Amino acid sequence: MIQAIAFYLFAAVVILSGAMTISSRNPVHSVMWLILAFFNAAGLMVLVGAEFIAMLLVIVYVGAVAVLFLFVVMMLDIDFAELRAGVMRYAGIGLAVAVALAAEVIIAVGAWSAGTLDLTRRVAPIDPVVPNIQAIGNLLYSRYVFIFEAAGFVLLVAMIGAIVLTHRERSGVRGQNIARQVNRRPQDSTRNMQPPVGQGVSL
Amino acid sequence: MIGLVHYLVVSAILFTMGVLGIFVNRKNLIVILMAIELILLAVNLNLVAFSAYLHDLVGQVFAMFVLTVAAGEAAIGLAILVIYFRGRGTISVDDVNRMKG
Repeated sequence: MIQAIAFYLFAAVVILSGAMTISSRNPVHSVMWLILAFFNAAGLMVLVGAEFIAMLLVIVYVGAVAVLFLFVVMMLDIDFAELRAGVMRYAGIGLAVAVALAAEVIIAVGAWSAGTLDLTRRVAPIDPVVPNIQAIGNLLYSRYVFIFEAAGFVLLVAMIGAIVLTHRERSGVRGQNIARQVNRRPQDSTRNMQPPVGQGVSL
Repeated sequence: MIGLVHYLVVSAILFTMGVLGIFVNRKNLIVILMAIELILLAVNLNLVAFSAYLHDLVGQVFAMFVLTVAAGEAAIGLAILVIYFRGRGTISVDDVNRMKG
């Protein structure tokens, strides 16, 4: 009972916040609705026992991706009113495509439950005794270790790519010359002098 | 327990909403990127639901890789957006015609 209430609550909020994400006037509000959608999707995932993916969703999406979106929205000085100008022109065709897609997906779901597809052969059966996180860790570091490494590599390339793309060389800035600093020795830069009493030193 | 079809319907609605978002916000590149995130969220929901109902953990592992690619895609997409805005002063999709494609 409580499960059904939780499911319908999470599902309703995730769909509502998805709708608000694409229909908000202000992109900052869009990001906020997107964060709400992620939280509620995480709730839906907890409901079926996938705690690890739910935590990952909150940490990665809310903690990193949504904040990145917020940064970009607030950093760029964009005239959003001008961007909203022609919204209604494409609403009709967009709605048509969306309805067609939804109908296709629903037909696909119906066909799946009507067909005789054998979905009982499991690659990694869920053991109810082992906690979800431990089970995923066992699988990830044994059978899928190379794919896991590849995922890490994808993130590395994305990080380097983002830095290379947005980095810019600024002119007229006195930067630090590390090689010159390291090569500098005391005997090149200091002098010992014995100036006579009463006279100054000419440098 | 909630049926699998419930989850499939929720994720289908979310997916459709993401596609609709791309059409409705045709000019605003940031909201298009957010709509793509919604689509990937729907895909993840689907993978996790199937993983739970078929008692197979592989779906959750795959959802994690989808998450990884989504994070990389968002980072690169926003970086391209930033350098594009720096050069042109606008992010309208209609103005992206420098390559005459």
